[in-house]
Amino acid sequence: MSEVLILLLSTALVNNVVLVKFLGLCPFLGVSRKLDAAIGMGLATTFVLTLASAASWMLEQWLLEPFGLGYLRIVSFILVIAAAVQFVELAMRKFSPELHQVLGIYLPLITTNCAVLGVALLNVQQGSDFLHALLYGLGSAAGFTLVMAMFAGVRERLELAAVPASFSGAPIALITAGLLSLAFMGFSGLRLD
Amino acid sequence: MLIAVTSLTLIATCLGLILGIAARRFHVEPPELVSELEAMLPGSQCGQCGFPGCNGAAEALADGLAPVTLCPPGGPALALALADKLGVQVELGAMGEREPTIAAVREDICIGCTKCFKECPTDAIHGAMKQMHSVMKEACTGCGKCAEICPTEAVTLVPVAATLGNWRWREPAFA
Repeated sequence: MSEVLILLLSTALVNNVVLVKFLGLCPFLGVSRKLDAAIGMGLATTFVLTLASAASWMLEQWLLEPFGLGYLRIVSFILVIAAAVQFVELAMRKFSPELHQVLGIYLPLITTNCAVLGVALLNVQQGSDFLHALLYGLGSAAGFTLVMAMFAGVRERLELAAVPASFSGAPIALITAGLLSLAFMGFSGLRLD
Repeated sequence: MLIAVTSLTLIATCLGLILGIAARRFHVEPPELVSELEAMLPGSQCGQCGFPGCNGAAEALADGLAPVTLCPPGGPALALALADKLGVQVELGAMGEREPTIAAVREDICIGCTKCFKECPTDAIHGAMKQMHSVMKEACTGCGKCAEICPTEAVTLVPVAATLGNWRWREPAFA
């Protein structure tokens, strides 16, 4: 149990996918203007990332590795991720129209979120087993959601702050992202045992 | 090589099959009113109402978020039909005194740049590079996108002859 907790904490905070590994920066800067949109994007990504890490693990173990097809890894992972996103969207529209209303426009965007592909590839690199791959995906997604919500909250306040004209808009957002990333470096001193 | 091609084909086929079955199984019928309203709209997806295409406009109309006078190409005739369908009062004054028009190409200044028919949402203009373009009257909704983009102002909107569908009383003129 404690191992599971350590894995989740370390992927969500110490090796945060956005602020430490610098993956998935496009939605991080693009969909962080409003808090509720950011949380919606985070939840949709959590769903897809966990599903995609499981699916890509199965693909790697049962197809790519036995047949020595390592060079097809990226293209086949992208195929699986795109199909997973599409499937999730179809199922969501049928079974939970409310959730589809909230997440609808963000779901297709996740196909091109490099954090999803990145986590799947890192899983292969680390040679994790199925449970670890799943937890790694879940932890990374939780970290992504956390950072999205934090950054959106900061940016909502920045809208009201007196920012010098040359820094307003994108520049101050990038500086804020940099400061957040510095703050997350502090977690590397966290003792998880 | 063979195994790579086969496995990728196999993955893609399986995923395609799963998605195809899922699309059938999870199919959601759009509300009946929305599809009926969408069928009444011109269907040219010109976006002049401010909604993303006629489907978006039909959804907004069904939810009561948009006035029935939202569609400039449809004109007063469509506004009246929509108001009748939705059972609401219509204020045609909001549409202005806009005569039904269609696009026409002035042959002497058309340079054959093809810009207008790339813009046309109903494919009502045809022609080729450096050839004169012409407008098919039946397909033109008079949305005016071609007139905006024409570099030589060769496309103009001209009033169409009155028919039973589009004729209405003129506003009283003040002497």
